[in-house]
Amino acid sequence: MRAPSGQEIAAGDVLLSLENVSLAFGGVKALSDVSFDIRKSEIRAIIGPNGAGKTSMLNVINGFYQPQLGRITFKGKARAKMRPDEAARGGIARTFQNVALFKGMSALDNIMAGRSLKMHRGFFWQLLRHGPAMKEEVEHRLFVEEIIEFLHIQHIRKVQVGRLPYGLQKRVELGRALAMEPDLLLLDEPMAGMNLEEKEDMSRFVLDVNDHFGTTIALIEHDMGVVMDLSDRVVVLDYGRKIADGTPDVVKADQAVIDAYLGVAH
Amino acid sequence: MPIMADRPLNTFPKLLIHHAKVHASRPAMRHKDLGIWQSWTWAEVLEKVRGYAVGLHRLGLKRGETIAIVGANRPKLYWSVMAAQMLGAIPVPVYADAVAEELAYVLDHADVRFAAVEDQEQVDKILSVAAKVPKLTHLVYDEKRGLRDYDPARLRAIDDVIAAGRKALVDDPSVGRWLDDEIASGKGSDPSIMLYTSGTTGTSKGVVLTAERCIAAATDTVTFDKLTERDVALAYLPLAWVGDHYLNYAQGLVAGFCTACPESAETVMQDLREIGPSFYFAPPRILEQLLTSVMIRIEDAARPKRWLFHYFIGVARRYGETILNGEPTPLKGRLLYALGRILIYEPLKNVLGLSRVRVAYTAGEAIGPELFAFYRSLGLNLKQLYGQTEAFLYLTAHPDGAIYSDTVGPAAPNVDIRIAPDGEVQFKSPGMFTGYFKDAAKTAEAHTPDGYVKTGDAGFFDEKTGHLKIIDRVKDVGRLTDGTLFPPKYIENKLKFFPNIREVVAYGDHHDFVAVMLNIDLTAVGSWAERNNVVYGSYQELAGHPLVYDMLQRHVEEVNRSLAADKMTAGAQIKRFLILHKELDADDGELTRTQKVRRGFIAERYAPLITALYDGSTEADISTQVTFEDGRKGVISARVKIREAAWLPASPAMGQAA
Repeated sequence: MRAPSGQEIAAGDVLLSLENVSLAFGGVKALSDVSFDIRKSEIRAIIGPNGAGKTSMLNVINGFYQPQLGRITFKGKARAKMRPDEAARGGIARTFQNVALFKGMSALDNIMAGRSLKMHRGFFWQLLRHGPAMKEEVEHRLFVEEIIEFLHIQHIRKVQVGRLPYGLQKRVELGRALAMEPDLLLLDEPMAGMNLEEKEDMSRFVLDVNDHFGTTIALIEHDMGVVMDLSDRVVVLDYGRKIADGTPDVVKADQAVIDAYLGVAH
Repeated sequence: MPIMADRPLNTFPKLLIHHAKVHASRPAMRHKDLGIWQSWTWAEVLEKVRGYAVGLHRLGLKRGETIAIVGANRPKLYWSVMAAQMLGAIPVPVYADAVAEELAYVLDHADVRFAAVEDQEQVDKILSVAAKVPKLTHLVYDEKRGLRDYDPARLRAIDDVIAAGRKALVDDPSVGRWLDDEIASGKGSDPSIMLYTSGTTGTSKGVVLTAERCIAAATDTVTFDKLTERDVALAYLPLAWVGDHYLNYAQGLVAGFCTACPESAETVMQDLREIGPSFYFAPPRILEQLLTSVMIRIEDAARPKRWLFHYFIGVARRYGETILNGEPTPLKGRLLYALGRILIYEPLKNVLGLSRVRVAYTAGEAIGPELFAFYRSLGLNLKQLYGQTEAFLYLTAHPDGAIYSDTVGPAAPNVDIRIAPDGEVQFKSPGMFTGYFKDAAKTAEAHTPDGYVKTGDAGFFDEKTGHLKIIDRVKDVGRLTDGTLFPPKYIENKLKFFPNIREVVAYGDHHDFVAVMLNIDLTAVGSWAERNNVVYGSYQELAGHPLVYDMLQRHVEEVNRSLAADKMTAGAQIKRFLILHKELDADDGELTRTQKVRRGFIAERYAPLITALYDGSTEADISTQVTFEDGRKGVISARVKIREAAWLPASPAMGQAA
């Protein structure tokens, strides 16, 4: 089920655009005058040194922060500040820098939670656990099982998430985001703290998600190798300003980016 | 199994049709998919396989051609075997975890034009070596994920092939008649399957087995173990291994029992528990891993539970086997054992998925007597069998009620076994192979002039029980320079019984004394390290830790004590040992695909370590190349310490008396 949007957006068209966005917390300028766009079905990376404003950017995109200046257009409509549930309803899903799962619940239940917005039977039917509510549950479970198979986590389906190693928790979190069938998937450092093998697995999953479901993905990442391999286009932030934007090759060769990462001799 | 005189059931497709008639609505196959056990009855399987066979024929698969089967235990891959056999083509299962070159060797050697594979991983692997397999033209795959953009001229989904075939069968009745003729014209003497040996001794050879011999052998053992269509087995061992083809495919089709396929390799333990098979096979390695994982969890359990467990395991040790064998047992023992069943044994068997097991076998390696006794004492009817690919598995098997951990049982029904003067076991059996594919020289080499097959294993018949005992490979049994008998595997197995030790390689032939290289078990030693505040950053660091060395030294000395107790083996006690810095791995060629150590290869690869073991030095440097799963190579270097273990006099009891 897709959230009602004004018009259908084809692959390659602009899904989300930010124009001259500025965000400040008191005197601290987190973002100043940033403009870029995310096209449908692409993998868009947002990179930059520590404190460059990457997570703030993500929070602006999913409506958690309302920028003081600038215009955000999502699916062709200008957007105001939203509560997280409104963002979710609008078709934006995200994972977090530090895993935010229900630690006491099983992997399966966590991913099922991602479907809760799509469940429509009321409290009464849910309580009865038969008839329409059961039918609905079975439909959603099928979808969730497909995700579980997709992410190769069958063996931990019934394991409490808190007992899982970090790499697997990250995968469950991705599963939960996918369960929402988002138009736009925001990944905040999906590979942070992972070893090489886990990173390779996660990279494959990100590519597969993009390929298989056609999901548009915006990701923040520190590992430059990962970013350059995965993304179609990269935007680089430094001190809240956009310093480069383009394909990985263009960005890699950009002098401003090299300076920002390696420092400049004064 | 009824054999009708006019139409003998001498091929597997004929057996399939037979079951589809006689047990039409009984489950033939199950597979856990999307979290639910999906089932197919014999009638449904026949429908699918008929469609599949027609589909494959339309793609060009012909009688006598070979088709490779690469992947995990999945219904569609078993159906690929059946469909190929319907057309009179020869399936060639290949180890799914084989690296690309190994795969290329087998595919090329077997002249395959078709391959049925599990998923994108296998497709990519095969495409990466396509140049080395020029005859291969068609690939069919089970799992569609990630394969959308591949060349449809060469690649098809198995589902689509089946659908196309079924449509043809529905549209044109003559196609069905043609297929019936194809099946009927299959002869028992046709090659039914080709299994490549795991290559313990050099490159792998294609063992050709005929349908009537496969069925004859399976019929004997199905009768021997009274297997019926009500039994259930979980197929989790490699498709390319003779054990899986025999135990699940051949026996399943002969007895008509249900074969369940696990959801994935990681979920086997849970699937086992859910399915609750009645026929179970596990190599000693897996039984060992199971026991290790139980022991680790018990060590982490609360004190009263731990006490209860150890107490009743003690009870089981004392009385369990005598009760299982129907020998006289004191009343107190019976009562305690009954209590233990309620409190510990049954719940434990339930956790392990073994509650409903009626017949369980282990084979492949010698099993530690205590490991064997542990499972039997819980009431599990675990037996040993001995066999090899060339015999289509069974040569000997324990009959119910006559079970000894150090024997592999008497000759199976209709099997003729003799011991050659040099100690080699030789046999003639109903299932014996007809030859190695395209290798008449090797075929001749494997046979004696009077038609017996040489196993290459050294053994003898035990005088007391009449059972066969296998000591080692004929060529591996060696002698120390002073003439003492040196059976490497015997020593290795004694050490491997310790949960902390994963793998052992013993050396001593033409040397002055016995020395061993050990591999720690990361699960067991890791858990020990956690409980004892031993900090480590890697496998290598843990393996080299002085406290780990101390612990393994105690194990080695305990083995020396047991070796010293027997006059024959007292001279073969271990004098020096070391712990390897890396795990022995099949990808590096150190183990075979069935996880057996390749002693000669390891000796070459770790030559500096062997030299150091015998020249008295206390440490040595080694750097070895390792191959990662994707085929990339790297180098691991380490400085490995060598320790001395205490030697005991030949008869400790007498020594003390004096």
